[in-house]
Amino acid sequence: MSELKTLLKDGMWKNNPALVQLLGLCPLLGVTSTITNALGLGIATLLVLVGSNVSVSLIRNWVPKDIRIPVFVMIIAAFVTVIQLLMNAYTFGLYQSLGIFLPLIVTNCAIIGRAEAYASKNPVHLSAFDGLMMGLGFMLVLMVLGAMREIIGQGTLFDGADLLLGPWAQSLRIEIFSFDNQFLLAILPPGAFLGLGLLIAAKNVIDTQIKSKQSLPAEAEKGPRARVTSLT
Amino acid sequence: MKLTMASSPHNHSQKSLSKMMLSVIAACIPGFIAQVIFFGTGVIIQLVLALICVSVFEAIIMVLRKRSIFAALSDGSAWLTGVLLALSIPPLAPWWVIVIGSFFAIVMVKQLYGGLGFNLFNPAMAAYVLLLVSFPVQMTAWMPVTELLSQPTTLAQQLSIIFHNFTSTGFSLEQMRTTVDGMTMATPLDTIKTDIAHGLTVTESMQKPIFGEWAGLGWVWVNLGFLLGGVYLLKSKIINWHIPISMLVSLALCSAIGYVANPGTEPGIIFHLFSGATMLGAFFIATDPVSASTTNKGRLIYGAIIGLLIYLIRTFGGYPDALAFSVLLLNMAVPLIDYYTQPRTYGHGEVK
Repeated sequence: MSELKTLLKDGMWKNNPALVQLLGLCPLLGVTSTITNALGLGIATLLVLVGSNVSVSLIRNWVPKDIRIPVFVMIIAAFVTVIQLLMNAYTFGLYQSLGIFLPLIVTNCAIIGRAEAYASKNPVHLSAFDGLMMGLGFMLVLMVLGAMREIIGQGTLFDGADLLLGPWAQSLRIEIFSFDNQFLLAILPPGAFLGLGLLIAAKNVIDTQIKSKQSLPAEAEKGPRARVTSLT
Repeated sequence: MKLTMASSPHNHSQKSLSKMMLSVIAACIPGFIAQVIFFGTGVIIQLVLALICVSVFEAIIMVLRKRSIFAALSDGSAWLTGVLLALSIPPLAPWWVIVIGSFFAIVMVKQLYGGLGFNLFNPAMAAYVLLLVSFPVQMTAWMPVTELLSQPTTLAQQLSIIFHNFTSTGFSLEQMRTTVDGMTMATPLDTIKTDIAHGLTVTESMQKPIFGEWAGLGWVWVNLGFLLGGVYLLKSKIINWHIPISMLVSLALCSAIGYVANPGTEPGIIFHLFSGATMLGAFFIATDPVSASTTNKGRLIYGAIIGLLIYLIRTFGGYPDALAFSVLLLNMAVPLIDYYTQPRTYGHGEVK
């Protein structure tokens, strides 16, 4: 049970793929212009991550160490193809607005990173849970960033949610304020960089405050903070 | 990469920070007056707005950082940022343009990096680029010089345009910008660029009423005003000669080469030197002591590349003027330039 708790904490906060590992920045910056896009890509990444973690964990004892990376990539690519075809069939509008970023999930380092660092060493159920938590953590950051950019950029939330969730979701669209001019910078990639920077800064502030509240002796840093994929 | 400071000996110049900043602000006055004369009193409104905004944002951040508000405000650096921003945006831009610009300049570019002395980028120019990228329509709505306007603009009408989008008589900014000929006009740099793209020669384009004999009507005087202020700054040794001179020489050289190679579509040296933000940039913006290069050789390189980039972007780029982009690009290159241009410390290094 404690292992599951650690996995949950790692994925959502302590070792969050987007805020701490800084992996998968390309889709993070590319598609978070609205919360719908962010949610769509987040779900896709989540599904691929769980699927690849489970498969990698299942075959971990039969894959020779030397060729494990190509094998992992093949597995991930297969899952991405499945997701891509599914989205093409059922959420065509969103499929079009995500564009190249959907097939690019294959190259998302967060996924291969989890396969390499966790799933290839741990049993199936733990790997699946790890994939779920990492995927959820990634999706949450995507959605927060998407919400920030959508509100600042065009003053709405859930614009175009019907593309993902079907026609009923049109009523989800919230117009927070209407403005004659869009704040273009928030919608363009520089806005994503600024937004992500602010999110990471906010996380660091919260971490420092938690630390100072606990007033425990500072735990020694286990290696450099960025790019640490496993703290075992 | 190791970041290095200029080497010792450090000689005290007897100038306090706030005195320097206030002198720079004072040196803006001639150019500012020229802008008011040619482009209307809207500049004054923007200036007042900018000063209020930067003071408020700086004060808020100082409260958040638990520092002394008075010390931060009295060094004058925030006000200088406000002045430069107000001078570089169109005089009748809506009020929220300058508010957003001041917020970005002070909070994001300056204070989030640690305040005065730590900012990587020139705050006023970073804010200008943010505004230009985000609100292209508002940021390119420059008025033609006042004498060409069909509606004379009073201060009250300008206030009303800035805050309500319309004058009391119901004219929009677009209508106010129409000249006596019933045409709206872009800035001289923009006009020349569009005309050349449409196949006109420079001489043909310069026949338009927006141009004077050498460059844009009014813009020559604005640039001369900033040149005057710049000479005062050089004279009182607040800025070094390296950056402005190398930037202007490089810009002049590039435009001369362009003019010789292609006289039909190149407006020439005088036009480039006295159009847009050239002089303001050379003396007031590129010389920002925090974000510019700190070694003498580095300053020459820094200025020269800014001049080159201004020419290249004006001639081949998508935007009519290029000062802000050039300065920001070179701000990024400053650590590299400084690293490779460290002066030899006396007694160290190779013997000639």
